[in-house]
Amino acid sequence: MEWEPVIGLEVHASLSTKSKLFSGTTSEFGADPNTQANIFDLALPGTLPVFNAEALKMAVRFGLAIGAEIGKRSVFDRKNYFYPDLPKGYQVTQLDFPVVGKGSLKIFLQDGSERVIGVTRAHIEENAGKSLHEEFHGMSGIDLNRAGEPLLEIVSEPEIKNAEEAVAYLKKLHSIVRYLDISDAIMAQGSMRCDVNVSIRARGETELGTRTEIKNINSFRFVEKAINSEIQRQQELIEDGGRVVQETRRYDADKDITTSMRSKEVANDYRYFPEPDLLPVVIDDAYIESVRAELPELPDARKARFVQEYGLSEFDAAVLTSTREMAEYFETVADQSGAVQLAANWVSGDLQALLNKNNLEISESPIAADRLATLIARIEDNTISGKIAKTVFETMIEDLASVDDIIEKKGLKQVTDSGAIEKLVDEVIANNPDQVQQFREGKQQVLGFLVGQAMKLSQGKANPGQVNQLLQEKLK
Amino acid sequence: MIEKTVAELSTSLAAGDISSVELTHAYLARIAAHNDVLNAFITVCEDSALEQAQAADEKRAAGDNSPLLGIPLAHKDIFCTNGVTTTCGSHMLSNFVAPYNATVVEKFNTAGAVMLGKTNMDEFAMGSSNETSYFGPVKNPWDTKRVPGGSSGGSAAAVAADLCAMATGTDTGGSIRQPAAFCGITGFKPSYGRVSRWGMIAFASSLDQAGTLCKSAEDAALMTNTMAGLDSRDSTSIDKPVEDYTATLNDPLEGLRIGIPKQHFAEGLSAEVEQAIRAALKEYEQLGATLKEVDLPNNHLSVSAYYVVAPAEASANLSRYDGVRYGYRCENPVDLEDMYKRTRSEGFGDEVKRRIMVGTYALSAGYYDAYYKKAQKIRRLIKNDFDEAFQEVDVIVGPTSPHTAFELGAKTDPVAMYLEDIYTIAVNLAGLPGISIPAGLAQGLPVGMHLVGSDFAEARVLNVAHQFQQATDWHRKKPASFSQEG
Repeated sequence: MEWEPVIGLEVHASLSTKSKLFSGTTSEFGADPNTQANIFDLALPGTLPVFNAEALKMAVRFGLAIGAEIGKRSVFDRKNYFYPDLPKGYQVTQLDFPVVGKGSLKIFLQDGSERVIGVTRAHIEENAGKSLHEEFHGMSGIDLNRAGEPLLEIVSEPEIKNAEEAVAYLKKLHSIVRYLDISDAIMAQGSMRCDVNVSIRARGETELGTRTEIKNINSFRFVEKAINSEIQRQQELIEDGGRVVQETRRYDADKDITTSMRSKEVANDYRYFPEPDLLPVVIDDAYIESVRAELPELPDARKARFVQEYGLSEFDAAVLTSTREMAEYFETVADQSGAVQLAANWVSGDLQALLNKNNLEISESPIAADRLATLIARIEDNTISGKIAKTVFETMIEDLASVDDIIEKKGLKQVTDSGAIEKLVDEVIANNPDQVQQFREGKQQVLGFLVGQAMKLSQGKANPGQVNQLLQEKLK
Repeated sequence: MIEKTVAELSTSLAAGDISSVELTHAYLARIAAHNDVLNAFITVCEDSALEQAQAADEKRAAGDNSPLLGIPLAHKDIFCTNGVTTTCGSHMLSNFVAPYNATVVEKFNTAGAVMLGKTNMDEFAMGSSNETSYFGPVKNPWDTKRVPGGSSGGSAAAVAADLCAMATGTDTGGSIRQPAAFCGITGFKPSYGRVSRWGMIAFASSLDQAGTLCKSAEDAALMTNTMAGLDSRDSTSIDKPVEDYTATLNDPLEGLRIGIPKQHFAEGLSAEVEQAIRAALKEYEQLGATLKEVDLPNNHLSVSAYYVVAPAEASANLSRYDGVRYGYRCENPVDLEDMYKRTRSEGFGDEVKRRIMVGTYALSAGYYDAYYKKAQKIRRLIKNDFDEAFQEVDVIVGPTSPHTAFELGAKTDPVAMYLEDIYTIAVNLAGLPGISIPAGLAQGLPVGMHLVGSDFAEARVLNVAHQFQQATDWHRKKPASFSQEG
């Protein structure tokens, strides 16, 4: 039997508003517990919510970026349940009238193909606080710093086919919210979280199978692994004659399995009803257009522009626009160096390798874009060779001196003086009579060896083009 | 002096006939003498009241003649008061001290009024007799075997017995107007959104409205002038300019069209109450008004719709009382579920628990459409009825309650208690302004007359009430056993 997985993602992105969704409290990651919660966040009696218009604008920005219908009248609802980190005993969210309706986004896959994935809706809701079960000896601690932070919950259509697509979708969302500057979307800090719904069905079947939901996965890699592990679990279960139970599961990264969290939860009745403390949010076309007018260039548009304007390949353009920071870094290097392809190769090659090795984001790069641009400009104007440039690049990581100073200090400037090069060439010819003989007898490939000898003699500083040319002339 | 209206006291204070400190002492003495019997106050703030009075007198000396400056008032214990316990009539909040003032409290402070204390009320404002209070029932000053009405029963009894010059209240289904009727005072509920709900403990958010319990419509106008207005902290408060509600009090009623809802003079209304109201209507005719019967065809659905919407909202509003952060927590919980269950079982009284259960049921999956959604539809129909009626009339007048104050413990059936508010509840569902004013006595007990205006017609309602009080003196009648001293 061939199985076909059906996957849907619910992604929560923390909106980077200055204050919380319904209170004036600011909140930053990592503050001492309960130092960023005011009387409303603590749900003291008589306090009331006031909707943060900045969150609305951010949600509309997102909606427009994925070509979605914008809800001109969105309504907040109360979702009722008891938990100590939910101070009001209900979460304010949007059920029937979300601010963002149907939209879609494009994902690019390893094999070079692309797919459009539907977004069902995105709505604004408030975050809960945090329960801390360790270090309290049989009791639980509650931290309400996070309580009431604005979240955008983005729900995909159940049309993702495998783990690779799921990760590509998630990365695309990550990229879009960061391009839009509406969320830090740092999965490790929880400012982007993902719940994955997985079901499988026999290929060709139209009915959906019973799904499970894997909650709160906090890295791209774990999303991939959790999906694969859950698909395999469901397959084995069904093939052994069992049935998938609708439930919430958790991914255990150490064992690479999903485990059941709380099947009781399925029966939870949240008793949604419209939040009477808030009026419906009504927006008009003029508002929507004003938000649209402020939209930045988005990943797909930027990719197309990189292909058209810079003549990059689709592949290079996709890599270089995958994050807003990378795209901006590349553009600075390309524009300042005037060497587009070299810039593309260096940014996606050496620089990316350096960042990966040190586990850094491009925004934390030890080599700033303008310095890399200068380095490439020095290759372009023959001050140094590409090979020497790698040495300079290594030095630049630690040495904050200017590129030119480093080249100067280390004596790495390329030798282009024809007299000096002639001396090198003459020495190589004199020292390698056998190879010279072979070349003259027609063995062209020996030339490479001779050029190499000359470069070695110059400690890499001779202009290889000039060496090549002069050798050929002398050996005629 | 203590029996005077706010308007009269204001004149006396301005004339220097009496100081706020003297007045405050007089009311504090009244409270000391009678609160044991009436149980109208949960908390009395003697020291801070005298400090506020002192400050008011100093302001007065410096030339401030604000109308409420130095006037002693009481706040229903549903309004949060910075540093003073706010119980909401519940065991759950019997130890709760807010670190903030409700907007209403803040506004009276700014106006220079003197807070004597916090008044008793039905627990979380759920009740029509003040018998659900954790702090025991309030007694009606007209007959201490009888209830004062509810839920603002403490405020109503305090004003009626001259334990304060004026008091705040809240009205979700009649909780200002019904106790005002039972205690023979003036109780005014402005339109929904006219007064900020910030800092006022929520019962049913879409119905709760702060208002006034006082001795005349003129006093209600003075208090509303202070209380009303947009509050950026309450998203449901209305961005509409606040009128000077005293400015039109003396407009003549010549040509006024009064609507008489036939549904409010039907079966269930006591003959004596009807008689008093019919007599009052004659008085209005004398003042130049014309009477016209109006139809509110969906009025009979209002109590049912209300007892779905209000408990539904309450079931969520009261979820925050979970023993985690403040308020009552049960002793030695064994785990989280035990803490929730026992905290809420022990912290809430029966009526509150009954409404939480009703509301939870009405919102449950599979029942939401049949109850909550349907009730909201009925709410719109009721509003439409009023809108149509106000095409033809300026105010709607009828009895506030089907009868006068009943005896303590007389109503044990919850549904019978709910029907107490049969004439007032529709006004909350429609969000309209309504006032109850004394309109006669039946076997020595006050009868309340209910006047309802269209959206934000506060000024008109107060004008019509004031003109009645200019022509009659029912609002001057005092309960015999509390009118000797002073």
